[in-house]
Amino acid sequence: MLIGLFNDWIVVVLMMIGLYIVIAHGNLIKKLIGLTIFQTSVFIFYISMAKIDGGTAPILADGITQYSNPLPHVLILTAIVVGIATTALGLSLVVRIKESYNSIEEEEIQQQDNDEQLSMNKAEETA
Amino acid sequence: MIAHLPILQVIIPLLAAPICLLLNRSKLVWLFTLLVSALAFSISILLLQQVMSSGVISYELGGWQAPWGIEYRIDNLNAFLLLIISGISTVVLVAAQTSIEKEIPKDKHVYFYVLYLLSLTGMMGIVATGDAFNVFVFLEISSLSAYALIAMGNKRQALWASYQYLIMGTIGATFILIGIGLMYQMTGTLNMEDLSQRLPEVAQTRTVFVSFVFVIVGVCLKLAMFPLHLWLPNAYAYAPSIVTAFFAATATKVAVYLLIRFTFSVFGLSFSFTTIPLQTLFMALGLIGIFVASTTAIYQSNVKHLFAYSSIAQIGYMIVGFSLSTVAGLTATLLHMFNHALMKGAIFLALAAVVYRVGNVELKSFRGLGRQMPLTMAAIVIGGLSLIGVPLTVGFVSKWYLLTALVEQGWWPIAVLILLGSMLAVVYVWRVIEVAYFKEPLDPNIKVKEAPMSFLIPIWTLVIANIYFGIDTRLSVQVAEAAAQSLFGVSP
Repeated sequence: MLIGLFNDWIVVVLMMIGLYIVIAHGNLIKKLIGLTIFQTSVFIFYISMAKIDGGTAPILADGITQYSNPLPHVLILTAIVVGIATTALGLSLVVRIKESYNSIEEEEIQQQDNDEQLSMNKAEETA
Repeated sequence: MIAHLPILQVIIPLLAAPICLLLNRSKLVWLFTLLVSALAFSISILLLQQVMSSGVISYELGGWQAPWGIEYRIDNLNAFLLLIISGISTVVLVAAQTSIEKEIPKDKHVYFYVLYLLSLTGMMGIVATGDAFNVFVFLEISSLSAYALIAMGNKRQALWASYQYLIMGTIGATFILIGIGLMYQMTGTLNMEDLSQRLPEVAQTRTVFVSFVFVIVGVCLKLAMFPLHLWLPNAYAYAPSIVTAFFAATATKVAVYLLIRFTFSVFGLSFSFTTIPLQTLFMALGLIGIFVASTTAIYQSNVKHLFAYSSIAQIGYMIVGFSLSTVAGLTATLLHMFNHALMKGAIFLALAAVVYRVGNVELKSFRGLGRQMPLTMAAIVIGGLSLIGVPLTVGFVSKWYLLTALVEQGWWPIAVLILLGSMLAVVYVWRVIEVAYFKEPLDPNIKVKEAPMSFLIPIWTLVIANIYFGIDTRLSVQVAEAAAQSLFGVSP
């Protein structure tokens, strides 16, 4: 069972690693990388689903009767593009956050926001 | 032309988005976007008329036959939602140019409209399609444009809010992708209609069970159901005000639609409510959401945060209606989708007007605003009364249907809890009204003018719709009931 379902084990391990990184790390870039690993595990899942025993790449050629299922390949191309767009958007947000907060650590950013909120409340009380 | 309406509904805003880049002038792009949105609204009216008279519309993309090709399937439920989304989009756009003049730098205006159109495309696509993977694609289109729109807010907290929403939203969408993959693995099809026919034979396998759970959790994250609501308050509060007005009225409704579509049409009613105790779970989470969110709303000092928490509470009402799994309960949920869009659209547009004139929406800035911006504050009052559920407003209609649906099933204690939730709404609405009408402004020398006409027209269109549809409920109730009944008829 270990060898036969090897792909599925890899999917599960990568999925859990990805989610763990997103939750456990405070560095914004590391979170994005964790998210990418999580999404990649889903891609591997779909592609493993598409492989048919004895099937070749799904490109029409003479003399070949058994092809792998091309539909999940197409779905994953779409999902990869979506993943790229998400990562690009996330990284540009991190650049802007670095410019505004001067930090890319979650705790420092939340600390700065809390301090700002506290000083606003203090200013309100004294006014 | 009429035959192609389902795809035109989605393609027109999609193609219009890059055309905005060619036009390149702020006011011109605004007019163009407004026209495109109005066109999408008229298409959705035509679609609704067609569906109400002749039944489900099935459209095959590119002529490829379903289930191999992608199918766009418009029934009562879809058409109702398309109407809500395009309608709110058009009304909000009337005020958009004036609002973003003060909140977004001039060179970014064109990009704002491009993202807005892409977001509209995404939401229309999610609602119109009948193919499960197409749902994922349009979900990501609408989500990515939402993240970018939220990040355009003028405070730096907008960037952080957008990043958090990006992380949580992508995890949710990827969960939905996993669910779709597992469904495909068991049945070999992605077409929702075909899935509903093939899933029952494999329904007892663990794969389908896990697929169901992944899809439900992913969708619940998108609809901000307690406890997966953490992204919503900051995202709504720090986004540009007009963006909040658009999203508060539409984004979560689309996610509730997805929940209904997957549980009723794809997995089937009996499967969905028996594999996991969905009724108990959703009723409990819905109620907890109502109370936790309403209570948190009371303690907010930023009025946008206050109404964002109020939105989470209103989603709780929709979830409770859904969890009943009766025609009456589902009618109440669908009605509330329509009514809440009207209520929150009006309130957040009025808040956008306040931001335009005053500069911020801290509660202390509302002092004396009742006298200085009478029409805007009156809109917030009527919207607030609608949230509470006062008769003659749309809020009353949805609450009434929800309460009758609950009592019909014998859930008396839950009905009492719903009424208590409305009492909490009274508290937080009163906080805003008290400050606006009964407190003196902090600096009597600063004169605040009433909002310009470009705000007042859409705000009062939505407010009058609030009252009109609260009195003449024929349109909303008829469509909602027809949609609920057809959903119960279709599911195995």
